[in-house]
Amino acid sequence: MATQPAKIPARTSTAALYPWRSMGISILGMVVVWGVVQWLSQSGVLNLFITQTLVIMGINVILAVSLNLITGVTGQLVLGHAAFMGLGCYFAAILTYKMGLPFPVGLIGGGLVAGLGGLVIGLPTLRLRGDYLAIATLGFGEILRIVYQNWDYVGGAVGMSPPQLANWTWVFWLAVLSVLIIWHLVDSSHGRALQAIRENEIAAEAVGVATTRHKVTAFIIGAFFAGIAGGLYGFYNYAFQPSSFDFLHSFNILVLVVLGGLGSITGSIVGAVVVTALQAALQSYPYIQNVIFALLLILMMLFRRQGLLGRYEFHLSMIFPGLRREEKGGHSDGARS
Amino acid sequence: MLTIDKLEVSYGAIRALHGISLEVPDGSIVCLIGANGAGKSTTLKTISGLLRPRAGSIRYQGDEITHWAPKRIVAAGISHVPEGRRIFADQTVEENLRLGAYSRRDRAEVAKDLEFVYELFPRLRERRKQLGGTLSGGEQQMLAIGRGLMARPKLLLLDEPSMGLSPLLVREIFSIIQTINRQGTTILLVEQNAYMALGVASFAYVLETGRVALQGPAKELASSSEVRRAYLGG
Repeated sequence: MATQPAKIPARTSTAALYPWRSMGISILGMVVVWGVVQWLSQSGVLNLFITQTLVIMGINVILAVSLNLITGVTGQLVLGHAAFMGLGCYFAAILTYKMGLPFPVGLIGGGLVAGLGGLVIGLPTLRLRGDYLAIATLGFGEILRIVYQNWDYVGGAVGMSPPQLANWTWVFWLAVLSVLIIWHLVDSSHGRALQAIRENEIAAEAVGVATTRHKVTAFIIGAFFAGIAGGLYGFYNYAFQPSSFDFLHSFNILVLVVLGGLGSITGSIVGAVVVTALQAALQSYPYIQNVIFALLLILMMLFRRQGLLGRYEFHLSMIFPGLRREEKGGHSDGARS
Repeated sequence: MLTIDKLEVSYGAIRALHGISLEVPDGSIVCLIGANGAGKSTTLKTISGLLRPRAGSIRYQGDEITHWAPKRIVAAGISHVPEGRRIFADQTVEENLRLGAYSRRDRAEVAKDLEFVYELFPRLRERRKQLGGTLSGGEQQMLAIGRGLMARPKLLLLDEPSMGLSPLLVREIFSIIQTINRQGTTILLVEQNAYMALGVASFAYVLETGRVALQGPAKELASSSEVRRAYLGG
């Protein structure tokens, strides 16, 4: 051939040679981050506003990563992620605040109810594709909002004010846990099946992937973690209303995922961190805030459609080359349009 | 190996197959030819479980597989290479091939089959780290067939492997199909390109609006005046 084909870097995962060592570094890093923030906020160096922002960041990381599992990895567009969050929040509050169960039980219970919500909405609607699924999930969220509004036991339109039981420690470690679990899932053969569904559902079925079962599983797991995030949200803000979990909130979670890069777990974390920080920085200019976000999204779609990170994933071996097993080439960030 | 009896399939109210019966003997290449909308792809999709029939039966190696899930059908040794290639565009060539072996757990044998596919399609080996979506049409077709082979099928269903390819590539693909068959895989081939299909197949069925209009040894059909007039242009 006269022309050489363009060199396209392959996308491979860089497995670590020393899994224990790299796990050690990860745990050490996380303990340091958690400890430093904990110490600084206890000693008053970080004011309440900054601590609050960091907690919201953690909650947003859980929301973004869990939605990314459904929308980014499996390719099912969902516009009702806040509905799962709301289920988790309301049921965590009912179990803990109304029934007097311990907070962790309430939190997990809320997550389970949200996961059940994922199953209930997932089974009939996952036959739908693309826009139809998006509209069905949007409807699901709106139905739940109206239910809360008219349900006096949970405070109707006023909502509830549970005590502040969640804190930085809870949020940070639960965010870490949800990222680890979802990361692991995406990296497994189950994750391969999910990506195959995203890329071509018919082909996935033809190679023997049980598509409906995998889609519903992704939905349940995503909804569960959204429910956990909801519980943390309610018990950190010690107040929430039905409108806290409306369409706008669902949309905001989707923005985190799209901005970070659909399909990239690292991207979702970065998206959540960047957007939360930006929101906090623009807190004093509430009118400009939305304009800036809209502008950011438009610019993003024009110049970097695949999101900040595309499909890129971060691995410790990129900082510590000693952890790398073999040279496996780079990675593509999916920068094709 | 595969026996289809009075198969009826509909899309909602529209009847696509009006009772088709056909037979694929072990070790053969059988082709289905016919115009657009004759029901060729529908037949393949129903065999692999992607569509549910209204009536009729599909028997494979003595088992009634008519209502099996696609996953189970793949595991039983029927692999479907769908029309229009349908490769996983954002996965590398090798990941695409490995997904073909999704239902298998015998790692060592999968590695052997990967090597076999690379021998069959050296071009895929050259591009194994490249994303599927960046391949040319012909390479994508090779990838789709290779992915189908990774399930180590006893029966390979090929839906229009010649679609959108240059004549030279069509010839290459068809010669590879014959190689695959010689190595022991039975093939059910759906083709618009009746001329090429009748050249490699031993037996052929001509479908017309959901019915079998003609059937017979491929050589006889190729020389029959009726088929020549309707499908071969002359």
